[in-house]
Amino acid sequence: MVLMSVKFDLKKRVKLAQTVWFMYWFAVMGGVLVFSMGLFFKIELRKRSELMDNNESHFLPNLLILMGLIACGINAFGGKICYDSLDPNKFVKWKSMLKSFLVLCMVLNSLLFITALLCFLTRIPLQFTLAEGLKNGMRYYKDTDTPGRCYMKRTLDLMQMEFRCCGNENYRDWFEIQWVSNRYLDFGAKEVKDRIGSNVDGQYLMDGVPFSCCNPSSPRPCIQNQMTNNTAHYSYDHYTEELNVWKRGCRDAMLSYYGGLMNTIGALVLLVTILEVAVTIGLQYVNSSLSTLANPEDPESESEGWILEKTVKETFTDIMATMKSMGKGTKVEEGGEAAVATVS
Amino acid sequence: MIVKMPFMPVKFNLQKRVKLAQGLWMIYWLSVIVGILIFSLGIFFKIELRKRSEMMDSNESHLVPNLLILVGLMACGLNAFGGKVCHDSLDPMKFAKWKPMLRSYLLLCCGFNGLLLLTAVLCFLMQFAVYLTLAEGLKNSIKFYKDTDTPGRCFMKRTLDMTQIEFRCCGNNNFRDWFEVQWISNRYLDMSNDLVKDRVLSNVEGKYLMDSVPFSCCNPGSPRPCIQHHLTNNSAHYDYDHRIEELNIWTRGCREALFSYFSSMMNSIGMLILATIILEVRLHPQHTTMEDPENPECESDGWLLEKGVKETFGELFSKMKILGKKNQVDEGGDAEATT
Repeated sequence: MVLMSVKFDLKKRVKLAQTVWFMYWFAVMGGVLVFSMGLFFKIELRKRSELMDNNESHFLPNLLILMGLIACGINAFGGKICYDSLDPNKFVKWKSMLKSFLVLCMVLNSLLFITALLCFLTRIPLQFTLAEGLKNGMRYYKDTDTPGRCYMKRTLDLMQMEFRCCGNENYRDWFEIQWVSNRYLDFGAKEVKDRIGSNVDGQYLMDGVPFSCCNPSSPRPCIQNQMTNNTAHYSYDHYTEELNVWKRGCRDAMLSYYGGLMNTIGALVLLVTILEVAVTIGLQYVNSSLSTLANPEDPESESEGWILEKTVKETFTDIMATMKSMGKGTKVEEGGEAAVATVS
Repeated sequence: MIVKMPFMPVKFNLQKRVKLAQGLWMIYWLSVIVGILIFSLGIFFKIELRKRSEMMDSNESHLVPNLLILVGLMACGLNAFGGKVCHDSLDPMKFAKWKPMLRSYLLLCCGFNGLLLLTAVLCFLMQFAVYLTLAEGLKNSIKFYKDTDTPGRCFMKRTLDMTQIEFRCCGNNNFRDWFEVQWISNRYLDMSNDLVKDRVLSNVEGKYLMDSVPFSCCNPGSPRPCIQHHLTNNSAHYDYDHRIEELNIWTRGCREALFSYFSSMMNSIGMLILATIILEVRLHPQHTTMEDPENPECESDGWLLEKGVKETFGELFSKMKILGKKNQVDEGGDAEATT
């Protein structure tokens, strides 16, 4: 009782081989696509690695790159096999390894599926990395003279302008840290001394935000300083003012950016997986149709193609039995060796 | 007796002709791809001009991108047709139907090459027009920056801010252009305040001028938080000297920044078109060899021009003179008929 058998004559076999060969070339392009997406994601993570505290995990992009390369190689090889299957002489040399190749293909397909799932799940660790990284980013904003952190200000400014966000959760995060370096504070001025004396840590805190938080769509020139003081600005009410600075927090903005990116990549990897499964099934049909020729000498004879030689249940029990016998085989060997050892 | 002296003759046998036809067919497909490239570059250029049309006073000339789009489409069509003819030239029966129109097709290709040359020249020359449009447009943009409540200009502030951020520039020539213009709307000025009244009265036109720039002029690479206001007053800020401060705000003017962007784009497109012309001109020598004799296997001659260059020109001129004379005779005949 075979699973989904189809009758084949020469013409149908030739057509099948050609179609599967064609699909293999698409699958090679799919592998290239997965590879390039892994590369793109790796570059994006690198670009913002300062804001992720140099702590981001490159596991997923590396996996994508590896899977892309493996998929390309296996699909090119499969295409070659299909091409040769039209010529019985050439096909003979592939016949022996075809079964193991098909098993390898199935393993690859399951790995691709797992990769796709990981793409969708990667949002969670990213959230924590971003929260920590952004908090530190803001803390080191003023350290433009400390080696290793001197570009944090520029990175953070460019990021706030690009992603249209301000602060970690919102713009009030800037009120809680000192983001003006001490080099530019006049410690002789009364105002500065008051502010520093007003909190335990001796930090110069103000209700102001950097210029990169400003929203260009605001109808009035940007109000960055004394934001919570309505009397400091004409016709200004900070409770109702919405367009002045970006309202969104940068953690939200970056998470939604990377989340969208990962969802797209995950969807594309799923599509490539489906294509791979299709070509594997196609190759299995090619294999089975060529191995069941009614008259092995005559290439024009009819044959039958299938996905599984027995039903799913029987194939499964077969595999289990093979594995058990392999396990028993090693046990018997050990027992035999032990017996030999004891005897001698 | 005039001896026929072909221009750059080459001997051909069947094998050589087949090889030539195949090579030509490949080049034709390459030319089709180049035609598509020119078409897409024309569309890209058109979109870029549109995006910045507010900066150019909505006055920019779309001649070059439109011409590029047209030329790209024509290149695709002509080269696809040429490729089809090449493909058919290997089969004498199919080629027979193309033979009569081959000559006019070659003339059309020559005309097309002239058009390509004109487009390339325009790409390089129109940059001056873009420069002048930018100068005028940016000046007006800065003037209308504050009019965020005037219909038709309410997005000027946002456009100018985004342009200054994207192109890393400030003002028209430099940041001092902002000192000469009132860029804060009157709606946000407290007219009863003494400071405001002083400033407004300090100039003839009653404008609120200050030595400040908008936030979009700020340079993120500056080590200190951006100083936007009281830029020329050293004592207003701690440890600040406006004469030596270079990283605080962008020092380049937006006209220069935008012009260098557009000019590099137009130069690249012009170079590509020149390369296309060279590619197209190389195709011509091979065309004329496609005159097949009855026996496909025998040898034949191929040439660039049937007679020498001088003689071909002489023929062209005499033909045009005959055409002119014919018109005159016709008119004379008509005049006689009417009288």
